[in-house]
Amino acid sequence: MIASLAARHSWFEATARARLAGLLDPGSFSEILPPAESNPSPHLALLDLPGAFDDGVVVCYGQLGKRPIFAIAQEGQFMGGAVGEIHGAKIVGMLRRAAQEKPAAVLFLIDSGGVRLHEANAGLIAISEIMRAVLDARAAGVPVIALVGGSCGAFGGMGIVAKLCSAIVISEEGRLALSGPEVIETVAGVEEFDSKDRALVWRVTGGKHRYLMGDCAMLVEDDIAAFRSGATEFLAGWSEPVPSVAHLRAGQQTLENRLAAYASYRDGLQVWAALGVAEPESVPLLDRDALVALKEGLPT
Amino acid sequence: MSLNDILDSLFPAGHAVNVENKVITGEATTAQGTVAVLGTTDAAAIDHAMALALSAFILDTVEQHPGRALVFLVDTSGQALSRSQELLCLNGSLAHLAQCVDLARRQGHASLSLVTANAVSGGFLSFGLMADRAYALADAQVRVMDLRAMSRVTKIAHERLVELAAGSPIFAPGAESYVRMGAIEAIWPEPSAGLLEAALAAGGLAAPASDQRQNSGLLRGGRQLAAGITKTVQNAACGA
Amino acid sequence: METLDFRFDSKPVPRAADPALCGVVGSGNLEILVKSGIEPEACRVRIKTSARGFGETWRAVLDSFATSHPAGGTVIAINDMGATPAVVTLRLAQALAEYQGGGL
Repeated sequence: MIASLAARHSWFEATARARLAGLLDPGSFSEILPPAESNPSPHLALLDLPGAFDDGVVVCYGQLGKRPIFAIAQEGQFMGGAVGEIHGAKIVGMLRRAAQEKPAAVLFLIDSGGVRLHEANAGLIAISEIMRAVLDARAAGVPVIALVGGSCGAFGGMGIVAKLCSAIVISEEGRLALSGPEVIETVAGVEEFDSKDRALVWRVTGGKHRYLMGDCAMLVEDDIAAFRSGATEFLAGWSEPVPSVAHLRAGQQTLENRLAAYASYRDGLQVWAALGVAEPESVPLLDRDALVALKEGLPT
Repeated sequence: MSLNDILDSLFPAGHAVNVENKVITGEATTAQGTVAVLGTTDAAAIDHAMALALSAFILDTVEQHPGRALVFLVDTSGQALSRSQELLCLNGSLAHLAQCVDLARRQGHASLSLVTANAVSGGFLSFGLMADRAYALADAQVRVMDLRAMSRVTKIAHERLVELAAGSPIFAPGAESYVRMGAIEAIWPEPSAGLLEAALAAGGLAAPASDQRQNSGLLRGGRQLAAGITKTVQNAACGA
Repeated sequence: METLDFRFDSKPVPRAADPALCGVVGSGNLEILVKSGIEPEACRVRIKTSARGFGETWRAVLDSFATSHPAGGTVIAINDMGATPAVVTLRLAQALAEYQGGGL
């Protein structure tokens, strides 16, 4: 046990580049528009802020289990992983390229608060373009897998993008939502959402909750190797569906049912109890394997 | 301007539109035939129920009226801000709505959106910006965040932001910025049947096969980097 | 933001991985990009930093580094978000180790 703990390499704490290095087959990483060939955002410079050479996102091709894949990795430590003009355009380019070249998958390592406010319009439009490009890649038969477990989670427009992907692989540390708790607290008051109550934030937006509710396909440990095996396992059993009314009707029904059942709830504990979890208060304490076993034993 | 005035101006030949919970659904008569009319009013903060009402209406239209054009009326102050909404993954319902608009496009439904009053962030992303083409009325407010709030979050002085916004569509709020950035086709001085007919005719003739907003932003001088960078990434040689 | 340019004499450094990148532009951190330059016995550095008024500190930290480590023949570009001298020295060592094909 101690040896395996020592060998673990936290996804949450790693940089985007370190995540890619551990996620892809060794030696297969090949970056497009690497830092030495690109320039920091001029829009940040105009606001007197230093930029990053890669504008906070790494786009590359590589291999996963010897299959050709594309990967997009946002750097949460730079401007909260937020999407600006260059950052967004790199992602759009990779997704459009995927629709043409049809790699086995696009791995989308999301770690972002959404729109970069310093480039607000460029960021919002870029996210809209990313949304369309994700759906175009998927319609071309290329699965797009979101991997969420970084310090910035997947929020704002990038939360929407994550839910447009074929599936989300998330860790317990990962968070997925639209508005951040801080934003809700600022606008609606601390009674509505206390953003400093970390346990509550995780019960509302965290990986375990999203996995239990079915919004994320897989829950993995906060470990780069676990994300790698999770993505590999998911792709092995997945074939990308053709966009269809039937498919979206089924999704519509699921969303309507759960809104009807849970609309008044304000805490994950209430939802988990309604899902049939006998001891919802124990959920935050369960390790990953125990939680997956719990989920698999729930009534459907 | 009231929703009814807007509808009367856009569709003088007739419209039958319901408004429930700030969600607009219905149909209207145009020279191009009957169109589906849908969207939100009264600066709706989009929640699960609104998103699902819109997505259900789109799926109904795709099933019952193949090819019928979709006219979105956009008046949204963004997304609903509450813990219960986030608990049920509001981004998931907005993504579902966006997927329904996208499906309609793939099934041959032309679409356009008209920002009638407000278009902000998540609410705008989920349907207005998913349409083939977007337009805005002259006094519409289109933005991510106003400059005062932006100043608080970015810790950049408000005066400095106002000064920079005058010359930069990259972050300056307003429909005009979105035209220059390529996301809005044109600003209409008022809701007009003639402009709507022309937009529908243009959309019907040449539904864009791909997202052209980067190119528009480049041509209009508002977004000078995105198109080139996306092309570079698409065309870069694969070394390994 | 402030842009600073320096040139230091330094013994030539062997080049293996060119360019080499280290670090992230996050709070209290910086990124360093090392490329080969044309002067084998000198190291040129351009810094863009969010913290104004620390030019002499940068000069002292970089001069000390260029004296104690071979860094000649390189051009170094730095984007900084308020890193301390200790962090700067650590990242420089990492970036140059990477450039020589090692990593720390």
